[in-house]
Amino acid sequence: MLDFQSLKNLAKKSQLVQSKPLKLAVMGNYATQFLSKSLEYSGKVSGFETKVYTAEYDQIELEIVNPGAELYAFEPDFVLISISSLKLLQKYYGIPEDRKSSYARDYLDQINNLLTTFSSRSGATVILHNLEIINDQVFGNLYSKVSTSFTKHIYDLNAGFIRIAEAQDQVFLFDLNGLIQYYGSSHVRDWSQYVHSDMHFSLDFHAVIAEKLMGFIATFRGIFKKCLILDLDNTLWGGVIGDDGMQGIEIGALGIGKAFTEFQKWIKQLKERGILLAVCSKNTESVAKEPFEKHPEMVLHLDDIAVFMANWENKADNVRVIKEILNIGYDSMVFVDDNPAEREVVRQNLPEVTVPELPEDPVLYLDFLKSLHLFDTASYSATDKDRTQQYQVEAQRAQLQTTVTDMPTYLKSLEMQITIEPFQAIDIPRIAQLNQRSNQFNLRTIRYTESEMQAISGSGDYYPVSVKLKDKFGDYGLISVLILKKIDTDKLFIDTWIMSCRVLKRGVEDAVLNHLAALAIQEDFRYLVGEYLPTAKNNLVKDHYANLGFTFEDPHWTLDTENFSPHIHYIKN
Amino acid sequence: MDILEELTGIFKEVMENDDLVVTRETTAADVEEWDSISHIMLITSIEKHFKLKFSSQEILKWENVGQMVDAIQAKKG
Repeated sequence: MLDFQSLKNLAKKSQLVQSKPLKLAVMGNYATQFLSKSLEYSGKVSGFETKVYTAEYDQIELEIVNPGAELYAFEPDFVLISISSLKLLQKYYGIPEDRKSSYARDYLDQINNLLTTFSSRSGATVILHNLEIINDQVFGNLYSKVSTSFTKHIYDLNAGFIRIAEAQDQVFLFDLNGLIQYYGSSHVRDWSQYVHSDMHFSLDFHAVIAEKLMGFIATFRGIFKKCLILDLDNTLWGGVIGDDGMQGIEIGALGIGKAFTEFQKWIKQLKERGILLAVCSKNTESVAKEPFEKHPEMVLHLDDIAVFMANWENKADNVRVIKEILNIGYDSMVFVDDNPAEREVVRQNLPEVTVPELPEDPVLYLDFLKSLHLFDTASYSATDKDRTQQYQVEAQRAQLQTTVTDMPTYLKSLEMQITIEPFQAIDIPRIAQLNQRSNQFNLRTIRYTESEMQAISGSGDYYPVSVKLKDKFGDYGLISVLILKKIDTDKLFIDTWIMSCRVLKRGVEDAVLNHLAALAIQEDFRYLVGEYLPTAKNNLVKDHYANLGFTFEDPHWTLDTENFSPHIHYIKN
Repeated sequence: MDILEELTGIFKEVMENDDLVVTRETTAADVEEWDSISHIMLITSIEKHFKLKFSSQEILKWENVGQMVDAIQAKKG
């Protein structure tokens, strides 16, 4: 939860990026100075030259009715009217019994008249918020049947506020109750501050309201999100399509699949609302598209996706291409990926793109993303939903151009550390599992069982190698397995070379090759010999040995260690 | 770091004044920026920093910084 002090610090560091100043008037039926302060800070953080006018305490009616009031002289662009239910409650208890029944109706009439008056004198946009739901426990759960129950009136007032917002074009209704519910009452209010200082919300909750409210206000100035860019493996479905296949990925009603299904349903609704969806995945395109085309449980289909980028290039470059095709600003894009390293490369290269720090557990993706209010909007029209189709045509036309990102800087910043060692007994199960599951980065696709692995590990003719990697975001664990076999007095054959695709394009192959060359020299083998056996799924590594500087002597690839100079990479041992 | 030193850091941040000198004898009257608004920010920051919560009776009793330090010390045990 954002706190007041942090918001203040952010505001101090912020830069003015919006040309048009923002004038906001705040009126409330309680002490609103902290709300005003928070809104001023939030406005600055959003890049606005922000001026806030705070009306005197509990003067909403007088300010609006009096044409000479400072409210009008200030010429606000936006007016926030903040009404605290706690204050209404105190006043309500003082009303004569015979007038309590019509309380909500009377109050709505009053607000309605005030807003009509205001709109006749000012073109400012008015933002009300719904009233905090309070059950004062006087009538308990009988509230709906008792015309003098305060709780009943609060619900009636909120329904009435919706009708006012529907009827008056200038009036919008901010969802305060949504925030209160998400953050919980213990964060919303500090009773000691309420009693002593008339603080109706806690200091920090003011910052939360202001942040979200400013996000909403910014949408009136054209600052809103238009595009959601999605990773696939472990983001839209559980598992890795390239390794686990159509039957293996998790989506649907069972187990963790439910989380991904519900996530996709939400995304589909956003698309229907007019948010453009793009896919950005490290995958072979045909493999990545298959679930969209054929998986019965997929909610999203290919025609929901405006731009589909599945390749092995850097994701920042792919986001650049998506931006070019859609012709929208980076600041209107949201990039969602479960992999912290991918998030980092996009953040570093394209700081304007919003990159949410997704929780590790997929069950939390949806709730977390909803809490960010990323897709707030000031308008909606029924034609918005056709947008995807227009862009799909555009995408087909567009020439794909990839820009080179500064990879060395990025790779260095990952602070990668590698461990290359012979098989350790404790790692054998994971080694066997990786050997069974890897399809894409797998040069010969030879499967060994766990006991065969153990036998290899103990044999003098084999040099088994496992590779572990970690970086500043965490430990990837055991990500690559190699089995080298003596096939001649001077030849060491690479029987198995597999690697997890999660660590592709990090230079792991180069670090491993340097290790292999050193091992060969140390064990008196002049040549390293490799082989690529094509399968339906390992197209990814067809040029693997060529890329590493091996020469092709049918059917094998050979590297002469006497002419080998170590490859450059950015991974520490 | 002793409590007074930590408290001084909080005062400087909340009051936005890096030159602020805070002693046990300091009162709200001695610090220009210490008004009712910054007092609320101060209490919130102190409670968060030391991970404790004060009752309103305790807060109202404080006459100077020294008493704040003692109250924090007593709570932290």
